Amino acid sequence: MALAVCTGCGIGDGIDMEHLMQVAGEEVDGIACMKHPALCSEEGIDHLLRLVRDAGADRLAIAACSPRVKSEQFRMDGVYVERINLREHVVWVMEPDDEDTQMCAEDHLRMGLANLGAISDIHPYIPEQVHSDILVVGGGLAGLTATLDGASAGYRVHLVEKSDSLGGYAGRLYKLMPALDGHGELREPDTSVLAEQVLAHPEVEVYLDSTIGSISGEPGNFLVQLENGKETSLTVGSVVVSTGWKPYDATRLGHMGYGLSPKIKTLEEFEKHSKREKIPDRVLFILCAGSRDEAHLPYCSSYCCSAALKQALYVRERNPEAQVYIIYRDIRTMGFQEEFYKMVQSDDAIFLTSGVVDSVSPDDARVRVTVKDSLLDEMISLETDMVVLATGMVPSSTEDLQLQYRLGKGLPEIEYSFSDSHFICFPYETRRTGIYAAGTVRAPMDLESSREDGAGAMMKAIQCIECVKRGEAVHPRAGDLTFPELYMDRCTDCKRCTEECPFGAYDEDEKGTPLSNPSRCRRCGICVGSCPERVIGFADFSINSVSAMIKSIHVPDEFEEKPRILVFVCENDAYPALDAAGVNRLKFSPYIRIIPVRCLGSVNKVWISDALSHGYDGILQIGCKPGDDYQCHFIHGSELTEQRGENLQETLETMMLEPERIRTRFVEITDYREIQKIINEYVEELELIGPNPFKSL
Amino acid sequence: MDFPILIVGGGISGITAAVELAETGREVLLVEKEPYLGGNVAGFNNYFPKLCPPACGLEINFRRIRSNPLISYYTSAEVQEISGTKGEFRVTISVGARLINNRCTSCGKCTEVCPVDREGPDSYGPAKKAAYIPGGLAFPMKYTIDAEICQKEACGKCVEVCDYNAIQLDARPVEIELRAHRIIVATGWRLYDASRIENYRYAGEPDVVTNLEFEHLLATCEREHKKLTRPSDGETPKRIAFVQCAGSRDVNHLPYCSAVCCSASVKHALTLAESYPGIMAEIFYIDLRLTGRNEKLLNKAEQDDAIKLTKGKVGRIERDKNGNGLILEVEDIMAGTRRMDSFDMVVLAMGLVPNRFLPAITTNENGFYSAGQIQGIYPVASCKRPMDVASSVKDATAAALKAMHR
Repeated sequence: MALAVCTGCGIGDGIDMEHLMQVAGEEVDGIACMKHPALCSEEGIDHLLRLVRDAGADRLAIAACSPRVKSEQFRMDGVYVERINLREHVVWVMEPDDEDTQMCAEDHLRMGLANLGAISDIHPYIPEQVHSDILVVGGGLAGLTATLDGASAGYRVHLVEKSDSLGGYAGRLYKLMPALDGHGELREPDTSVLAEQVLAHPEVEVYLDSTIGSISGEPGNFLVQLENGKETSLTVGSVVVSTGWKPYDATRLGHMGYGLSPKIKTLEEFEKHSKREKIPDRVLFILCAGSRDEAHLPYCSSYCCSAALKQALYVRERNPEAQVYIIYRDIRTMGFQEEFYKMVQSDDAIFLTSGVVDSVSPDDARVRVTVKDSLLDEMISLETDMVVLATGMVPSSTEDLQLQYRLGKGLPEIEYSFSDSHFICFPYETRRTGIYAAGTVRAPMDLESSREDGAGAMMKAIQCIECVKRGEAVHPRAGDLTFPELYMDRCTDCKRCTEECPFGAYDEDEKGTPLSNPSRCRRCGICVGSCPERVIGFADFSINSVSAMIKSIHVPDEFEEKPRILVFVCENDAYPALDAAGVNRLKFSPYIRIIPVRCLGSVNKVWISDALSHGYDGILQIGCKPGDDYQCHFIHGSELTEQRGENLQETLETMMLEPERIRTRFVEITDYREIQKIINEYVEELELIGPNPFKSL
Repeated sequence: MDFPILIVGGGISGITAAVELAETGREVLLVEKEPYLGGNVAGFNNYFPKLCPPACGLEINFRRIRSNPLISYYTSAEVQEISGTKGEFRVTISVGARLINNRCTSCGKCTEVCPVDREGPDSYGPAKKAAYIPGGLAFPMKYTIDAEICQKEACGKCVEVCDYNAIQLDARPVEIELRAHRIIVATGWRLYDASRIENYRYAGEPDVVTNLEFEHLLATCEREHKKLTRPSDGETPKRIAFVQCAGSRDVNHLPYCSAVCCSASVKHALTLAESYPGIMAEIFYIDLRLTGRNEKLLNKAEQDDAIKLTKGKVGRIERDKNGNGLILEVEDIMAGTRRMDSFDMVVLAMGLVPNRFLPAITTNENGFYSAGQIQGIYPVASCKRPMDVASSVKDATAAALKAMHR
């Protein structure tokens, strides 16, 4: 083990570095040490490399700046580097040349060294055989695009389609909207061309009339059973799910009259009708039929405005005498579709009315529609020969994937039954690693977006396979070579890890014993936090390593009136927020001791009791926001922390300690002022409560 | 071995393409014209519809960049020329004079002594000098000097205090020749010039701001725990108007819909309602276009007493002669009247235009890059058509795969 300390950026001015190195010597006998005024400079790096080589060290502590800076400079092959953040978390935010600041720096050094001493060597998990074939479920536009793009990148793709032909919804269209700029003519559908390319591609295998019997295994090695009367089984590395959508059941829209007469159709039915059947003289379209309605589909289905405008042109094209009414709330033609909207608007026989439909009543000859006109603010009555309901988009059920996962057969869902992900920044991170949703099963979208989405999901499917080959985690801990290792002898089959893993990494055998699938794992460490028997750990993040850090600090006795507060910070948002506070030189209490964790959900209860019995006066846990609009990168880590908090309060009670000694707070990454307030107010509060009575024991 | 894949533009789309490719095992080269990665969203307060900070997702991506040796990036750099064909493009990049080099440790002493003030988004943090860093979460985490306002050798104070020999005030741009296997163009968007809509008085009225300026203002207030004040006199505004389709859906300006401005304004109004009680927001719109699950934002806004949604196009904005702020003339469609109303501040929901860098790639008549024009060059995201962040990330990931085609 070796230690390099940097005295640059004010670190040497604020802290007695000689004393710091002396502390290192006391903690680790014979540790090789160096000090440099600018460790990240070329000269500093030279020194550092010499130190590591001469000491033959494979573990190196660098006491300098945050691990979030100068990462490239301090990356060393074959050496585990522990960055001790004396700059952003100590010197920049505490009084220089001060006894308490010095103690804080020394404790952070102790914690870093303790961690280095307690971790194990990293040996990545690489399955014996990693399969590079990819399964695509659903042969609509998104699935076809995914298949062709994946095959074109050199991967073998198996496309499974439940019907007897490829193309899905897009394949059933009469015509397409004009290209991009919206000025031109309606186009002939091109899905069949895409389907032919897919069928002709040498790297593609298509299975029609087939459904999924089961999918088991893990990324790199999924076993897929198909149901098509032929007992087909496949082994694939990853999966793209593009099973599409179905129209909202129009019979549930009572006042829209669907089912009462063949004169009332849905968009999808009218698409078919337009191909061959006679177009009557008057057609009325009702937009948002079910969408944007709390009683039906609360969301906007995104495709229907454009689709209805397009069908209005079908009417005009097929029957130039016809008149068209369109009843809408807002016309949502985004981007260049706006120009298409303008083109439709310029047709004198197409009437657009902003309003809400009150009733649709068919009789033998016609259909009567009453509308509350929002412009005139009065009820108007219209007579038409045909009504077309722009029914919304309902995602197909991913249960049909038949995943053999302890946590269920489908993909976990976010509101409105679309599959869950961090849909803004990381749209393909479904909670089942290696299985990526694409197209309308993921979110309402139009044809162009579905194409892009198919390709995007396929990219992630390929990437996942390549990561598994290298034994690396995928986003957000991309490149992490550690994985959860279980000491099964002590496992009591309590099932907490299997239930709490957000990614379904754990299955169970017949006896209920957890079976780990490391390639499914995203390395959040929530299982480390969940295990009451403390049998789960990562090579560099375990019960022992964090306990060693907690116990390494020197706790002054109660008469010195120097409280110690342990702060667990989530490395994703709270840790960078603390760094940003450092850059802004916001002042923090020197009584805090900071331990970064993979996720707040990875904090094990035993660390809390370790800290309390070691004499810390309080424990503050700071993580990312939970809830519907969660920001936790591991979905429910922060939520679990809240739930476990209730248990912790019981622990405090049994120890006869005040409830304030444990606190949990949630911040956003930009909350650097907020985090300062949270920490300093907590320290002040604890000072009023007084020392932890276990301190002197 | 293939040449690296070149990505032009280090905003959210370019970054996404870069990390997705590198983690798949491809070598990539990211070129960004600004001194920092992150593009427009790095200065944003929050994203719709989750109202969460963009810095959160950016941080994850920056970490992926930091830890992946397959990614190289140039900042303050622009592509000058592209020649050759798919598989073996030749690219000339001009790397601008970054007056602070990689030896910078981000200690911040240069900012402390810098005598020149710099205008910039307030969200860039407290120190706004010619030597600066855009906030505590910037990537790369090193200072830079705004060469246009720096007094260079005439001052030289920063050179004196820098302990790391990181400042070279006489640095010159350098040209680099590269080879690239494929090229992804992710040059992104900027706002349409607000001063061109003369009726809206952007040029002369400090309290008429663009949606991007308002975003930066909110970012500062939220991060720095500051009060929201209007530019003209520092007073807290009580009524703020949002003018939708400022430039968009207008044949005299941008004939297309910019796709993001409705959601952005509703997001702004909701942020006001949540964090700044006492401020009323009124949004003037033609259609409210919040598609997909963004609809939920609209529902929240409809139920909020501090937010009013009015269907109507704003005709003109003028300063009230009696000192009652800004007068908006609106055709209130639902009421069927022409309304004159006064507001303390007006936010123009400006439309988006694409950033372009090479005339060689064909554009459509709106100036956006068309896909599929040159073999091996892939325009993505908002330089291709107006789109929000979620769609841009999706498109960038898709383009990454196109760039991997054999």
